[in-house]
Amino acid sequence: MSVQLEARNVSKFYSNHRALTDVSISIPKQSIFGLLGPNGAGKTSLIRIINQITAPDEGEILMDGKVLDAQHISKIGYLPEERGLYKKMKVGEQAMYLCRLKGLSAKEAKTQLKDWFERFDIIDWWDKKIEELSKGMQQKIQFIVTVLHKPDLIILDEPFSGFDPINTNLIKDEILALKDQGSTIIFSTHNMSSVEEMCDHIALINKSKKILEGSVDEIKDTYKNNEYEVLFKGNKMAFTNALWTGAELKDISEEKSMLKAHVKIAESANSNDLLSNLLPHVEIHGLKEVIPSMNDIFIQKVTEINQTNG
Amino acid sequence: MGKIGLIIEREYLSRVKKKSFVILTLLGPLLIAGIISLVLWLGLEDNQIQNILVVDQKKPVFANLESDTRVQFTYGDMNLEDAKKSFFESGFDGILFIPSNIERSNLAQLYFKKQPSVVAQRNIENKVESIVEELKLRQYKIDRKEFYDVKTNFFVQPIKFSETGKEEKVDNERTFVGFAFGLMIYLFIFLYGVQVMRGVIEEKTSRIVEVIISSVKPFQLMMGKILGVALVGLTQFLVWIVLTFTIVTAVTAIFFGDQLNPEFISNQTQMTPEVMQQVQGENQMNNQFNLADPENIINRINFPLMIGLFLFYFLGGYLLYAALFAAVGSAVDNETDTQQFMFPMTAPLILAYVMSTFIVQNPEGPLAFWFSIIPLTSPIVMLVRVAIGVGEGGIPLWEVGLSMGLLILGFIGAVWLAGKIYRTGILMYGKKVSYKEIWKWLRYSS
Repeated sequence: MSVQLEARNVSKFYSNHRALTDVSISIPKQSIFGLLGPNGAGKTSLIRIINQITAPDEGEILMDGKVLDAQHISKIGYLPEERGLYKKMKVGEQAMYLCRLKGLSAKEAKTQLKDWFERFDIIDWWDKKIEELSKGMQQKIQFIVTVLHKPDLIILDEPFSGFDPINTNLIKDEILALKDQGSTIIFSTHNMSSVEEMCDHIALINKSKKILEGSVDEIKDTYKNNEYEVLFKGNKMAFTNALWTGAELKDISEEKSMLKAHVKIAESANSNDLLSNLLPHVEIHGLKEVIPSMNDIFIQKVTEINQTNG
Repeated sequence: MGKIGLIIEREYLSRVKKKSFVILTLLGPLLIAGIISLVLWLGLEDNQIQNILVVDQKKPVFANLESDTRVQFTYGDMNLEDAKKSFFESGFDGILFIPSNIERSNLAQLYFKKQPSVVAQRNIENKVESIVEELKLRQYKIDRKEFYDVKTNFFVQPIKFSETGKEEKVDNERTFVGFAFGLMIYLFIFLYGVQVMRGVIEEKTSRIVEVIISSVKPFQLMMGKILGVALVGLTQFLVWIVLTFTIVTAVTAIFFGDQLNPEFISNQTQMTPEVMQQVQGENQMNNQFNLADPENIINRINFPLMIGLFLFYFLGGYLLYAALFAAVGSAVDNETDTQQFMFPMTAPLILAYVMSTFIVQNPEGPLAFWFSIIPLTSPIVMLVRVAIGVGEGGIPLWEVGLSMGLLILGFIGAVWLAGKIYRTGILMYGKKVSYKEIWKWLRYSS
C-alpha cells in the first residue's frame, strides 16, 4: 500500500499556544482518511500546513514521497471549514475563476464545469449571482469547484456542516466515486459519527497531539470489549442463570415483546460460547457484537492518557 | 505571473462592470464639464449692458462718466427719491447715487434690481474713482502729471539666482497647478485605497479567502487586488480626462462659438494694432485663458515633466497606502472595526494635504523640503513643489531623486509589512484585533 501523504514530526507554535506537537501521520493512497478530534485540537492547523497556507515550525510533509512544494498546489483540492464565494459574482464566472486559479486552462475548466453542472442538474444556475442561491446550492458549487481539477488529494474540513441529508448523500456518493477513480480523501471533523462509516483510516487528535492512528477495522478490533447485545424471549431469571462466571450482565431492558441484554464476556470466550450457554434457556431472536463508536474510543483513549499522566 | 494575472483580471473586471462604476465614470465628466460650462456661461452673461441712471448731488461733475460696452450711464436730472419711485417702471438696471460729500466719504451707492456681477461693479467703481481723483486733484490744486509721478505702487521682485548665474523670477502661481495635481493624488489614494480595503474585508467576510489562498500565495492575492484596483483607477482617470476634454470642447464650440476660440482671437490680434489692443483688453476681461499668450499659466508649466512625475508619485503613493489599507482590511471582520487603524494611517495623508496649502506659498522652505522627502507625504507635497521646475532654478535634482528613491523604498517596505499582517489577518475570524496582536503577527515566520 503506497502512501499519498506523510507528515513527519510536524509542530506548529503560535505565540501563546501550541497548535501541533510532533504529529506524524501517514495517509495511504486511494483511501478515505478521517482526521478526527474536538474543536481546537489542531486539525485545521495541520490542514493549512498541508495546503501550504502556513509552514510548519518543525517537521515536514511529504506528498508522493517528495517534500511539499508549489507544484503540489494543483494536486490538492481543499474545502475549508470557513468557506464561501463572492456574493456578487455569477456562478459560472466564479467557478471558472476558482478552477483557473488551480491551474486549469479556461477551455478545460469550462468543459469540465458544464459536465458537472449537468450531472448535478444545475446548469441553469450558470448566469445567476451567488447571492440568489440557497446555502445548500452554494455548497454544491463549492464542492464541485474543490474537486473539479481532479486532485490526487481532496481535503474536506467539516464537509457536511450546512448540508441537508439529501445533499449529504449526494456528496457522499460523489466522494466514494472520486475515491474509486484514484483520489485520496481526508475528512476533518469534530463530529466523528458523521464520517466514521466512510473512513478506511483515521487519526485522532487531541490538544495538539496525535493520540491514535490506524485503520478503522484494526482500531475497532483493538477497542472492542467483547460485548454483545442479545435479543430474546423468555424469563429474565433464566437468562441470568444461564450466564457463567466469566460473563457479566451490564444491562437488561424490555423492547416491545422481547428483552434486550447487554453482556460482556471474558477475553477467552467468543459469541459461540455465549450462544451455547443461552440456547437451552431462552429463545434467541438476535445477537450482535457491540462495536464501540469512534466517539467512545476517543473518550476512552483520552481518559487513559489522563490517567497515565495524572 | 499567470495566477496574479488572473487575480488582477477579476479585480479589474468585477469593478469596471459594476453599474456604479459606469455611472460615476460617465457622470463625473458631465458634472465637471457642466460646472466649467456654467462658470463660462455666467462669465459671458456679464456681457449684457448695464443701464445705470446716475443721480449726482455734485452736479455736473459726474456728467462725464464714460459709457462703454458693458455699462451705459444716463445722467438723470432728478433727486434720489424720485429716481427710486420710478425705478421699477424704468428700463434702468441700477441707480448710481453720488452723495455731495463723496470726496471725503469715498462712498457712493448703487441701487439695483438684480445684483450686478463683481466685474461690472468693479468697472463702475473704477470709473467713479477716476473722477473723484480728478475732483480732488483740482481741489488740492495738484497737477495731474505730478500726481501720477508721485503716486507709488511699490513691489519687491524676488529673483532666484542659481550657482551658474542664471536668474529667474519666482513664480508661485505655478505651485497652484502643482497643488491641483497633488490634490488629485490625494483623492485618488483615498478613493481607491478604501476600495482595496473593502475588497479585502469582502473576501474575509464571505469566507472565500481560504479557498483562494489554497491556490495562490496570500501575497499574490493581495498584490493582485492592489494592482487590479490601480488599473480601475487609471481607467477612470483616463475616461474622465478624455470625456471632460471632449465635452468642454464640444460645449464651448456649440454655445460660445468664436468668443472663446484662442485661434480666432490671435488671428484678430494680427490684423491691426488698434483692434489688437481692444481685443486684448476685452480678452483679459472675458477669459483668462488665452492659450496663445506665452505668459499664460498653462504655458509656464512643464507638462511632460509634471505628468511624468504625477504618474510616478501617484503609483508610488497609491501602492504604499493601498498596501496599508489592505493590511487594515485583513485585520478586521467588518468595516466599522477599521476606525482605530484608519486614523493613524490616514493622518500623514491628510497632513500632507493640509501642509501643501501652505507649501504653495513657500515651495522651498524647510517644511516643504521635509514633507517632500518623507514617503508618506511626498506623493502630494513633491508635486506642489516640482511645478516650479526641476533642476536649475527649480527644485534641486538630488532632492527629487532622493524623494523618488525613498518613495520606492517606502512602498516596498509597506508592501512587505502589509504582506506579513495580511497573511495572518485574513485567517483570523471573530477576534477583535489590537496593535499588540498585529505586532505579534509581524514576527511570525510564515
